[in-house]
Amino acid sequence: MIRFENVTKVYDQKARPALDSVNLEIDRGEFAFLVGASGSGKSTFLRLVLKEDRASSGAVYVAGQNVAKISSWRVPRLRRGIGVVFQDFRLLPQKNVFANVAFAMQVIGKSRSVIRDTVPEVLKTVGLEGKEHRMPHELSGGEQQRVAIARAVVNRPGILLADEPTGNLDPTTSMGIMGILDKINQNGTTVVMATHDDDIVNEMRKRVVELKNGVIIRDEAKALYTSMIPVVGQSRRLKDASGRENPEPGQPHECEGRR
Amino acid sequence: MRLAFILSEIGSGLRRNVSMVVSVILVTFVSLTFVGAAGMLQMQINQMKGYWYDKVQVAIFLCSEGSTAAGCAGGPVTAEQQESLNGLLESPAVAQYINDFQFESKEEAYTHFKDQFSNSPIVDSVTPDQLPASFRINMKDPEKYQIISETFASQPGVETVIDQRQLLERLFSVMNGASLVAVSIAGVMIVCAILLIATTIRLSAFSRRRETGIMRLVGASKTVIQLPFILEGVIAAVIGAALASATLWAVAHFFLGEFMSQQYPDTAFISSGQTLILAPALIILGGSLAGISSLLTLRRYLRV
Repeated sequence: MIRFENVTKVYDQKARPALDSVNLEIDRGEFAFLVGASGSGKSTFLRLVLKEDRASSGAVYVAGQNVAKISSWRVPRLRRGIGVVFQDFRLLPQKNVFANVAFAMQVIGKSRSVIRDTVPEVLKTVGLEGKEHRMPHELSGGEQQRVAIARAVVNRPGILLADEPTGNLDPTTSMGIMGILDKINQNGTTVVMATHDDDIVNEMRKRVVELKNGVIIRDEAKALYTSMIPVVGQSRRLKDASGRENPEPGQPHECEGRR
Repeated sequence: MRLAFILSEIGSGLRRNVSMVVSVILVTFVSLTFVGAAGMLQMQINQMKGYWYDKVQVAIFLCSEGSTAAGCAGGPVTAEQQESLNGLLESPAVAQYINDFQFESKEEAYTHFKDQFSNSPIVDSVTPDQLPASFRINMKDPEKYQIISETFASQPGVETVIDQRQLLERLFSVMNGASLVAVSIAGVMIVCAILLIATTIRLSAFSRRRETGIMRLVGASKTVIQLPFILEGVIAAVIGAALASATLWAVAHFFLGEFMSQQYPDTAFISSGQTLILAPALIILGGSLAGISSLLTLRRYLRV
């Protein structure tokens, strides 16, 4: 479903590449965690899948298509096949829950009747039935993230990208969100989730791809957040890093900056 | 559905940016009013040129009933007098200065008069009898007007000799100057309008970057994302153009039609109906200016 062939992404010629000759294949229907410290290249990976950026070299294939070869007017079609969820939810504050989810269908020209049928169904999937008319500020963080997930999957994309979707949530709420993502995955959607949340990764026991300085240093099935294969020196540092993860909600980048 | 969605997006964009939209409307209104004013001056000049202006330079008006000029003491021009004038025009002494000449009878004069003054109430009170017959002369060299004037002014049956072109030329040069000024002001105002539209669209795109970001992610097409912004600018500019057209119409109707034509009943003014020809031109001009400037702005400030 997603294939990276020798992909390198350089933002700044003087700095080290954000991704350095990455080779990776994620199959249809798979659930993969992308872990690694900040700046390890997780977000760059997701941006390349969405064709928000171009790879400096190498090829990115999404659903069998080389994204570099997709002309700019067909990029929207690519993005319709990909749902995205962010740490900061990105809901529209002046629209209620229903309208936020419906927005994703309106902008691609779905008819009113289809929207009326589909949105409640999706809201039910994420466990928000009966809250259609709430405004985003009336919802808890977990509920807001559920709305965001509903919006991401309402057009039934084949791929769901999640960029630290639990970064702003407490552990219990996070587990609820993971349950939803798992359910979506079991319905056949490929899920790629970038995360710092070791508890969740350890709980889920899915495929884990670990990036460090733009290089894949680990790719294990049914793995934990930290490697079970001890590597002298490296595993020690990784544990250190994971111990400092789980930042305070609302200021996730501050502690990363200090590192 | 998509149309309804785009319309609602436009509505919310216009509401959020009311003061900027109002300023765009006003600036396009003022600039297009100046453009239209220049157009109206040109129309007025054409109107005043009348039937003979581009064809002849000098008119010899013949005596008619009620002429008070000294040469008309003997009453209206007689057939013999007219014949001798015709002969004089054809004589080599005069013929060397003129290309050709035409005789305009009272009836012809009345027809041309009705055409030129079609918008004026004066037409109703004029009969063919009141209009003088005339010889219209096309000069080889318009500067030699004096010769014709001297030759014919004292002939029996001639009321007066007039160099129409000289009479109107001065007025037209003033009006041309005025329309040049109007066009220059319009030019500056249009630049102002374009920049203001660009700024407004930029602000609008910025204030809705959340929406457009989400639209991008869920795969909305470029058209769906950009069209509301472009139409916002176009709608504001078209409203401004419509206001400008209405203003020009009002000027023609109330100022020229009702005030000036009372003051100067012998001048042919353009009608308010004629200014409506300018309206579509102004609306297209305003709309396309806004469309192009917003398109260029979006290309820089709204990633799709």
